[in-house]
Amino acid sequence: MNQQMRGKQSVELANSVRILSSASIVGAKEGEGPLSDFFDVIGSDPMFGCESWEEAESVLQKEAAQMAIGKAGLKPSEIRMMFAGDLLAQSIASSFGLVDLQIPIYGLYGACSTMGESLALGALSVSAGYGEYILCLTSSHFGSAEKEFRYPLEYGSQRPLSATWTVTGSGACVLGTTGGRAKITGVTTGKIVDFGLKDSQNMGACMAPAACDTIYQNLMDFQRLPEDYDKIITGDLGSIGQTILLDLLKDKGFDISKQHMDCGMKIFDAKTQDTHAGGSGCGCAATVFASYIMSRLAMREWKRILFVPTGALLSKVSFNEGQSVPGIAHGVVVEALEKGE
Amino acid sequence: MAQSSQEQKKYEQYVKEVTPVHSLPKNMLKAFLVGGMICVIGQWIINMAQGYGLDQEMAGSWCSGILVLCSVVLTGLNIYPKIAKFGGAGTLVPITGFANSVAASAIEYQKEGQVMGIGCKIFTIAGPVILYGIFTSWILGVFYWLWGMM
Repeated sequence: MNQQMRGKQSVELANSVRILSSASIVGAKEGEGPLSDFFDVIGSDPMFGCESWEEAESVLQKEAAQMAIGKAGLKPSEIRMMFAGDLLAQSIASSFGLVDLQIPIYGLYGACSTMGESLALGALSVSAGYGEYILCLTSSHFGSAEKEFRYPLEYGSQRPLSATWTVTGSGACVLGTTGGRAKITGVTTGKIVDFGLKDSQNMGACMAPAACDTIYQNLMDFQRLPEDYDKIITGDLGSIGQTILLDLLKDKGFDISKQHMDCGMKIFDAKTQDTHAGGSGCGCAATVFASYIMSRLAMREWKRILFVPTGALLSKVSFNEGQSVPGIAHGVVVEALEKGE
Repeated sequence: MAQSSQEQKKYEQYVKEVTPVHSLPKNMLKAFLVGGMICVIGQWIINMAQGYGLDQEMAGSWCSGILVLCSVVLTGLNIYPKIAKFGGAGTLVPITGFANSVAASAIEYQKEGQVMGIGCKIFTIAGPVILYGIFTSWILGVFYWLWGMM
């Protein structure tokens, strides 16, 4: 099986891995953003009919999961296993949201990079023959994330310009072996990269080195140039993180300014929606991937992309204890299907 | 992959250069206007109270009480955060900022129960102010007492 390994930390999948379906559900603010036409469901109630932010986020995951399974024409019982995670402590949004589906599950924590982690593990599993149908999903919620990492929502404070806005939403994809709307052909697993930055209100700067590391490694491992991708898409670096990423990669000899797109900068209109550096959270990369990115691939507008969700590996405790904010980014190579494929 | 401390400093410096920040003079002006306005309202309440025949101390207590009540109501209506976004330290420093931090915690943690939620977490933000406020006044009290002995 060794022939699937590429370079230092990548895998070129030997067997066909298809994205059979994708589903996205977002909150009202995301629904007012530039991508509103691409989302499957836009909820007007931030509580989604629940009593707490955490329960609301669970509902998001459940809805996204059921939609993705339904769109693939499957029943939950036909899904062999799922890879899911979120931002909350002990991943409670996934646990409580997915319990009723009764599908074998691996819970993940990769901070906002979780969609990359779950797609990578799902693709590896499908390629290896561990499951015919595998569900990959994550979520985040503005209310629950603010509560988990920052202040109560009604607390009056000024957010710095480098701050990002956590996306309320969940994205889910069903992977399989045949048919579908796009295919996953490669995976680059990310390392934890720590440049020692301690500013949790400037996550783009904390995560950009990790994105740079994974993108650079992907290009090396697959012996590709940026031009070999129609898009190189990071999760939630935001505008400052984007500047830094482009600079860091230039230092390493690659100019990706033509290919780069950031989900966090795409999902909100920073000028009119007051989101400062951009959107963030697991749900940011997940919902943009499951909606906008998948539609571009299905229309064959993009032939091959590198999807690199980025995560900041901090907790309230590590921050209070004066630790830095290490970053991580996982790379997934997704390609449009050839005609007749 | 961790960096050497020299590289970390270099990166920190670089990040500082590319990260935009709020304009300090503009923020100070906004804080002065909003904070000043809150104080003007406070003074107006004191004058009114004194006009009704209350002494200065009682009038001051009425002023604090009414400002706190207003802040709590505005927090509940989600208006105070909007004023704070504009006014910054101008809304943080007066007593209304303190009230906001307590009310906001009470609302947020209500779902976790009366004891473990509101009870334990209501002073999550205001706690340090209370602790170190009382502590410094105690120290000053000791100095005051020593001063009186001399």
